[in-house]
Amino acid sequence: MTKQIADFKLVQKQDFGRSVLLKLRAEQALPEIAPGQFVQVRVDGSPNTYLRRPISIHDVDFQHNEITLLVQQVGEGTRHLAMAEMGNVINMVMPLGNGFSLPEKGEIVLLVGGGIGIAPLFYFAKVLVENDIRPMLLLGGKTESDLLRLADYQQLGETFVTTEDGSLGEKGFVTMHSVWQNQDFDKIYVCGPKPMMKAVAKMAAEKDVWCEVSLENLMACGLGACLCCVEDTVDGHVCVCKEGPVFNTRRLKW
Amino acid sequence: MTIDLGRGLVLRNPVMTASGTFGYGEEYTDFVDLAQLGGIIVKGTTLHPREGNPYPRMAETASGMLNCVGLQNKGVQYFIDAIYPRIKDFDTNVLLNLSGSSLEDYVKGAEMVDALEKIPAIELNVSCPNVKQGGMAFGVTTTGISQVVSEVRKVYHKHLMVKLSPNVTNIAEIAMAAEAAGADSVSLINTLMGMAIDAEKRKPKLSVITGGLSGACVKPVALRMVWQVAKAVKIPVVGLGGISNATDAVEFMLAGASAIEIGTANFIDPTVSAKVAWGINEYCERHGFQKVTELIGALEC
Repeated sequence: MTKQIADFKLVQKQDFGRSVLLKLRAEQALPEIAPGQFVQVRVDGSPNTYLRRPISIHDVDFQHNEITLLVQQVGEGTRHLAMAEMGNVINMVMPLGNGFSLPEKGEIVLLVGGGIGIAPLFYFAKVLVENDIRPMLLLGGKTESDLLRLADYQQLGETFVTTEDGSLGEKGFVTMHSVWQNQDFDKIYVCGPKPMMKAVAKMAAEKDVWCEVSLENLMACGLGACLCCVEDTVDGHVCVCKEGPVFNTRRLKW
Repeated sequence: MTIDLGRGLVLRNPVMTASGTFGYGEEYTDFVDLAQLGGIIVKGTTLHPREGNPYPRMAETASGMLNCVGLQNKGVQYFIDAIYPRIKDFDTNVLLNLSGSSLEDYVKGAEMVDALEKIPAIELNVSCPNVKQGGMAFGVTTTGISQVVSEVRKVYHKHLMVKLSPNVTNIAEIAMAAEAAGADSVSLINTLMGMAIDAEKRKPKLSVITGGLSGACVKPVALRMVWQVAKAVKIPVVGLGGISNATDAVEFMLAGASAIEIGTANFIDPTVSAKVAWGINEYCERHGFQKVTELIGALEC
């Protein structure tokens, strides 16, 4: 899969409070992009943001050369990114890393997202639907407003929701949802905060269910050159940017 | 644009990529035609495999970053067996950055690399701030550097470049000691020791507390050191430290560098190395220099 560095223009912006949706259009055709891959975004005009910001790919429209990012403002870099205005040029290196493994037809698939970790699951669910696999989704947040674009997710598969404050769906963490009691899964895919991913991975292991997680370790290069973003695996320290960000949990020393 | 650094190391142009910032070159071939570079210096390699330091290994700083990777690599033998065959026919100079934690390791590693036909030079890393034993320990005293360079010199017959640490009181003295011990060139600077703290958590941001600072923020320090060293030694000086564009590269050459390395800037723009090579050429044309070597030490002061 060829990587590119390219300028994109911001063509649509939707504000979700702490998060923002940025639809970015390139002039040239996009390369092949797998769900679960990410981009490295250059943040201009932010003196303390030296490195690019790795952001998961939320959606892709190959017909219009568009990549959509769902960005949560967690620090100065993402805050500046969220300030981008329509027509602004944003430079990205993409697509990076390896995506989720596609399940077989007929397998029962659960996508579990926590907080902004729901972002890459949208494109993944879309690709699954295109491949005649209708996933189930389990999305969790602290509160109702964390469940961004919920109606759009619901279009792609049966969707279950938890919130820590009980403002929407079942109260508690994703691991506490009743769906776990009522349904068996062949494959589970998870993206969210590390403690949440570890908890789901543990449940999956107890049920002996295949499970992939998407990690977001701090990165510099995004290309497997600097060896900063390593995760401890059965094969030693490996770069999340190059060998991940998606890992089968059996490979991780969790 | 050709630069002859001596003992068989001839660069197509003055631009190389710094060790630890360009992988083994393969990571960047989607972005850069390696034939447009003077050379690439591959990841720091030690005789024995090293797992490196625990995560987190990186902290961003104003105009730079700290790292404490700790020389993660699979060892010289793995390099020879698995990596060398893949990269030996790159159309550029492939240099190996060699590090060690004991004199014996340096010597044994250098001996093994000496046998690799397509590796024209070693960059001897005596300046990694992120490993407890060795590395920088050799590079911060004149006696330490004399010892390691002269021992490696006995077994290594190709171009021996010695990478210097900026974490010293007088870098010119260290450079002179390397020259006297048989170095063919010196490269500088390696990273500056620093640290970062998360005030909210009252914890260090790096797993081993301190790390090496690199990026645009170190450039003035690097430039000053290159200028001091270039005045003190007769062997070629390779300048690095925060070079992000062709103008930066020209500044290092004016200060006395015969060639330059691009490091952290590769992370921000993976195409930057080729752009710098092109930009140096453009500078020479614009200022009427016939050869790029005319830039070396051309600072007027």
